[in-house]
Amino acid sequence: MAGVPSKLRYRPFNLGRWLIWGLTALVMVVLPQIFTQGYAITLMSQMGIMIVFALSYNMLLGQGGMLSFGHAVYSGLGAYVAVHTLNLAGSGQIWMPVSLLPLVGGLGGAFFGVLFGYVTTKRSGTTFAMITLGIAVLVDTCATMFRNFFGGEGGISTDRVIGKPFLGITYGPGVQVYYLIAVWCLASMALMYAWSHTPLGRIANAVRDNPERAEFIGYDTQRVRWFTLIISAFFAGIAGGLSTINFEIVTPDVVSLASSGGVLLATFIGGIGFFFGPILGAVVFSFFAVALSGYTNAWQFYLGLFFVLMVLYAPGGIASLIMMQLQLIARKRFKRIAPHYLAAGASGLLLLAALILTVEMTYKLSENSANGTVMNLFGINFDAARALPWAVAVGLWIVGGILFNLARKRVARVWGEIQTELLEARA
Amino acid sequence: MNARALELKAVSKSFGNTPIIRGVDLAIPQGERHALIGPNGAGKSTLFNLISGRYPLSAGEILLNGESITGLKPFEINRKGLSRSFQITNIFQRMSVFENLRCAVLWPLGYKYSFWHQLKGLKDAIRNAEEVMESIGLKGRRDTPAGVLSYAEQRALEIGITIAGGAEVILLDEPTAGMSRTETADAVELIRKVSQGKTLVMVEHDMGVVFDLADRISVLVYGEVIASDKPENIRGNKAVQEAYLGTEAEAH
Repeated sequence: MAGVPSKLRYRPFNLGRWLIWGLTALVMVVLPQIFTQGYAITLMSQMGIMIVFALSYNMLLGQGGMLSFGHAVYSGLGAYVAVHTLNLAGSGQIWMPVSLLPLVGGLGGAFFGVLFGYVTTKRSGTTFAMITLGIAVLVDTCATMFRNFFGGEGGISTDRVIGKPFLGITYGPGVQVYYLIAVWCLASMALMYAWSHTPLGRIANAVRDNPERAEFIGYDTQRVRWFTLIISAFFAGIAGGLSTINFEIVTPDVVSLASSGGVLLATFIGGIGFFFGPILGAVVFSFFAVALSGYTNAWQFYLGLFFVLMVLYAPGGIASLIMMQLQLIARKRFKRIAPHYLAAGASGLLLLAALILTVEMTYKLSENSANGTVMNLFGINFDAARALPWAVAVGLWIVGGILFNLARKRVARVWGEIQTELLEARA
Repeated sequence: MNARALELKAVSKSFGNTPIIRGVDLAIPQGERHALIGPNGAGKSTLFNLISGRYPLSAGEILLNGESITGLKPFEINRKGLSRSFQITNIFQRMSVFENLRCAVLWPLGYKYSFWHQLKGLKDAIRNAEEVMESIGLKGRRDTPAGVLSYAEQRALEIGITIAGGAEVILLDEPTAGMSRTETADAVELIRKVSQGKTLVMVEHDMGVVFDLADRISVLVYGEVIASDKPENIRGNKAVQEAYLGTEAEAH
């Protein structure tokens, strides 16, 4: 009876999941058709790279409970391996299509994951964090010592346009690079999502929650952490390889502590408790790093402040904030709290304006006083050395502070009421 | 019934200069239900921690099915077929009941550190986890996070995780501690059921449970086994009555 299945299997088509992945892919395809400026393409390309990097970091932090201060070691070294490979390919010494270069970066990252990870994952918790910091400093120092590999301060530059065009693809134009990044980003996202549903992925959660119990169900927790780190380093290396193609230069910055801190910030802001959290975090982070940095030199100040506020008031990140609202929408309670959100948002904007005004005026006075003290903010020209703008700032702080405090209390009260209702409804 | 599942030879353990276990000899044949009793501080839990590899031995040797497991790590001992539960509930709090049990069956089924299998495709792991879930009576709590279960349910899950991997030798550390009378009766039935055909060693304070379940009882006092015998003989043992049962019986 060939062709007749021995038993019938019921496999429901998971519509929701296919819809989400399909929409994500569609958005990635369509976006550069809407935002065609080179500037927007650059921003989106960096977002794609950062998404892969942040998701790989969350394999450690969110899934495995490993707080690493040196994740850029793997993406950075992956980028260096990729740039050397690309240069070899460019000079015709080896054959290597540019499209597959991220894989080389990934293997590079994984190689160093095997090496350094063996040391760092011997311990967990605070000790693990300390050792990763040590490795990060070590590699950062090596970057200035070994000029052949790291290229000194100037780094190593490359040319991504090599070989004959394949189907008209040269990777000369930025939009072609964007699509390459999009393909790798989507594939990495899918693979990392799949990983979280494998035995190793689930046991990584188990080791995070209760390492002792994991040992008594047969698992060597050290191995679990090590293998998780190697896979995480592989995807970080892919992000590194993508950045090599995107920027056509790799400098020691890529292995710096600042880069390691950046991915920690991005991941945490997005939320480590949900798979999609780091994706949101990467988008926000890239926006700060690429878009905002074009407007103000103080972008890291704003990013740092945002991070601190998130850690304090929304430790679950943007993802958990969204999930909380979805819960309210599902229970038909969102409409009741929405006006209070609006009020809090509006008064929050006043505070934000006060903050920006204060920071930018202070910055103008201290940094660029040689160029005069006249500045432009929100399309308004004014003199930072005069009293009036400062009075406006103080006014904004006071009015915004009072209004925001009122709105915040109301949000908290309504939120509490709704939660009590929902609890009672369940009981 | 002659083959020894677990054998302790002159096992000793000191913390600093304080000896806690002083030369314990114990032989438990395959298929026996063995209870370890003794007053508080006698070293019962310490002995469990030595057998399961949580603490290293100071001296002596431990054999599992005739093979030395002295100095092995907990996961190595577990892979050789010895599984244990804990006095203080030790489960994966954030995971669902089902996930707790599925984690516990992965290694014995050979999935090890696999990152090429999707969990939902592992029919045998799902089946095993569901069977255990059924036998510990938590089928209705399948998707409940373990951390929000009632105390008795958590204790049942603790036993479930311990037996899920199919270990032949099972150590239960005070499985009925803190339970009500009816909960204890349920737990006894559960233990009887899941230890069928296996070797069971348990630390227990409830004498009703001990005399109900155990084929043999060992009495540990100040780190030494002062008697190891059938329940009826232990009851009549003078030394045991003096050292332990007398005071304990009055207290109850």
